[in-house]
Amino acid sequence: MLPELGHFALILALLLAGLQALFGIAGPWLGRERWVAAVTPAVAGQAVMVSTAVACLIASFVGNDFSVSYVAENSNTALPLFYRVAAMWGAHEGSLLLWILLLALWTVAVAIGSSGLPQRFAARVLGVLGVVSFGFLLFTLATSNPFLRLDPPAPDGRDLNPILQDPGLAVHPPILYTGYVGFAVAFAFACAAMLEGRLDQDWARWTRPWTTAAWSFLTCGIALGSFWAYYELGWGGFWFWDPVENASFMPWLVGTALVHSLAVTDKRGLFKSWTLLLAILAFSLSMLGTFLVRSGVLVSVHSFAADPSRGIFILVFLIVMIGGALALYAWRAPLLKSTAGFELGARESFLLFNNVLLVIAAGTVFAGTLAPLISDALKLGTVSVGPPYFNPTFLMSMLPLIALLSVGIHANWKRGRLKDKQRMLLYTFVVAAVLGCGLAFGVYYRGKLLSAVGATLGMWIVLSSLVDPIDRWRRGLSVPRAVLGMTTAHLGLALAVIALTTVQSFTTERDVALSPGETASVGGYEFRFLGVQPVEGPNYDALGGTVEVTRHGAPVALLKPQKRSYWVQHQVTSETAIKMHHGSNVLIALGESLGAGRWSLRIQIRPLVSLIWLAAFIMAVGGALAATDRRYRAAGAPAGARAAVAAQGAA
Amino acid sequence: MILVLGIIAGVSIAGALALSAFRQNVTFFFDPSEVVAGKVPAGERFRLGGMVTKGSVQRAPGSLEVRFVVTDFSHDVPVTYSGVLPDLFREGAGVVAHGTMRPDGTFVADEVLAKHDEKYMPPEVARSLKRHRGESRADSSSAGESATPPPVAAPGSGS
Repeated sequence: MLPELGHFALILALLLAGLQALFGIAGPWLGRERWVAAVTPAVAGQAVMVSTAVACLIASFVGNDFSVSYVAENSNTALPLFYRVAAMWGAHEGSLLLWILLLALWTVAVAIGSSGLPQRFAARVLGVLGVVSFGFLLFTLATSNPFLRLDPPAPDGRDLNPILQDPGLAVHPPILYTGYVGFAVAFAFACAAMLEGRLDQDWARWTRPWTTAAWSFLTCGIALGSFWAYYELGWGGFWFWDPVENASFMPWLVGTALVHSLAVTDKRGLFKSWTLLLAILAFSLSMLGTFLVRSGVLVSVHSFAADPSRGIFILVFLIVMIGGALALYAWRAPLLKSTAGFELGARESFLLFNNVLLVIAAGTVFAGTLAPLISDALKLGTVSVGPPYFNPTFLMSMLPLIALLSVGIHANWKRGRLKDKQRMLLYTFVVAAVLGCGLAFGVYYRGKLLSAVGATLGMWIVLSSLVDPIDRWRRGLSVPRAVLGMTTAHLGLALAVIALTTVQSFTTERDVALSPGETASVGGYEFRFLGVQPVEGPNYDALGGTVEVTRHGAPVALLKPQKRSYWVQHQVTSETAIKMHHGSNVLIALGESLGAGRWSLRIQIRPLVSLIWLAAFIMAVGGALAATDRRYRAAGAPAGARAAVAAQGAA
Repeated sequence: MILVLGIIAGVSIAGALALSAFRQNVTFFFDPSEVVAGKVPAGERFRLGGMVTKGSVQRAPGSLEVRFVVTDFSHDVPVTYSGVLPDLFREGAGVVAHGTMRPDGTFVADEVLAKHDEKYMPPEVARSLKRHRGESRADSSSAGESATPPPVAAPGSGS
């Protein structure tokens, strides 16, 4: 009964999304006030229907209803309750439903937050969101219905993929998707502005809190995914340039560019076309990410089973949405005239560089991600593109970006008067260079150029960012929340730069073979293997190794990595054991029995790696601060903050 | 104007650098038949993919050094690797190894991948196996041998 109810709710949601799109777009067009007024009820109804569908699916999981095919594929009676709930989005159909739920919640938040906006404009925004929702609902119902029944019902489920049986599943997908889907709001505002032909500074200001909030969620989601991969996949890497990681990273890069270019459009009325195109591009990349992940065309740890009809549907939908938005742009382009100008050293030019470099970075990631597909399609051979390509090309655009940041934040709008700041910039740079080289050559002894450069540039951002707030504080002036947010986010970036370059330069990794009682020395630590014992879990058997870690004889930790074998799928997974010590992460993964009583172990020491995730979190906090600045609320978008909170509560 | 020219110059330099990085850093995929046919440029790092032959995994007791054979059911390539094998590595399953060929015809792997999804078979491996299974069947039927179809799980069947 529940599955049918859920299915029915989903169909009603599709109809309501269609009405929302029709009323929202055609209403203002034809000047029908009643249609415009009907948009908000459609939004609310759609959200209720989608929530009902989600609740039905979760109830089917909790109640072990193995007559539902999706539940039978992804759950099991032995699966702990916590994972039965999270298993809802553990595979393709459910994660699409999660996507739709989050879109519905964002839409509700926009509807509430837009009460201060002109009614017709708000209706258009909601209408465009309705089109997006309609497409995804149609896709789900047509190709990926999670409520399909099995006849006869399965006696028991095939279990959730063991690699997903981790608390990370509960938080990473919802937060990441909240960010992904959030760019739909920026897209909708851009489309609404073009539909209305109202391409002044207002739409940019209305969009800013939403875009920044989405960006914060995406930042958090990517960091959580990286952290999860680090401790769960057993390799101990934090970033693999895996296609699915890239799929979330490209919208992040373009979204970061969008956040900055919106600032220019808002404050100065410049970069209007560019901002519109970035808003379209950011959401297009979000959808492309969905396409890449869901269609299974790319090789990835995340790929679900491939189904060509799904891929084609998403591709067509992608072409309709992006093509439609670009056609709209072409139609309205004559309205886009920027009257103001700016000088070379003005803040505008720094933000222009920021945008160009970020888009170049996204472009190189895009090229590397799609190259295997293109090469295969053109029969040029099967290639793979990995870190040796991504690392240097990414660095190439990021190094100038972070170098320019320290200068750019001190530039004035419109006029290039950097001369009065020269001395301060020089001083901070010298101090940063001393600190940076000190970290690279002093703390980690064998200095490498990259880490010295990275640490210096990172320190420079820290010092340069703090000059202005400290100055204001000393003069007793208040710091606006938006500035505080920006500074926080930049400090997070600085920390990330320092951590990333340090990790890249000073990681020690070794595979060793040890028998009980033997000791191996790796990276200044001693690892004494104490043997392996059986461990029993709720739905798996495991072998747990014990390793005593010491540094120069002083105890550091007793680490217990596991090798688990899950009952239902007979899949083996490695549970790494990690200890943070003096800023470094010591990670051990248990390998296999090598015979003669010896075991293989992977030992890895990564300095400052935890700082990467902390840095991302700081950046997200900065975004949240900026998004909740009073300025946006006064301007008539009162609920940027409330919306973010609502979306988070739902996640 | 200077700004625009600067950006155009920057973008083109970036493009050129990315392209050269790309040329130097893509790794090609070869299956055992292509390796045996000498299609791999000497000394080049590449990815070798296929199935791990049943019963081929050998190691000296207590050593990290492991040897196994990768096959596409037409040709075999012996592989040697030192280190921890991935969780999903097993005989009769798909595998992709990164490394180089030694002059004696052994592939020295520095990285072995068996991805973290039981249903997963690298698409290039699946395609290569399909091709070669077709060929080997044709060969054996013409030669009148008893063709033993390899006990392979089809991609996506979740063996």
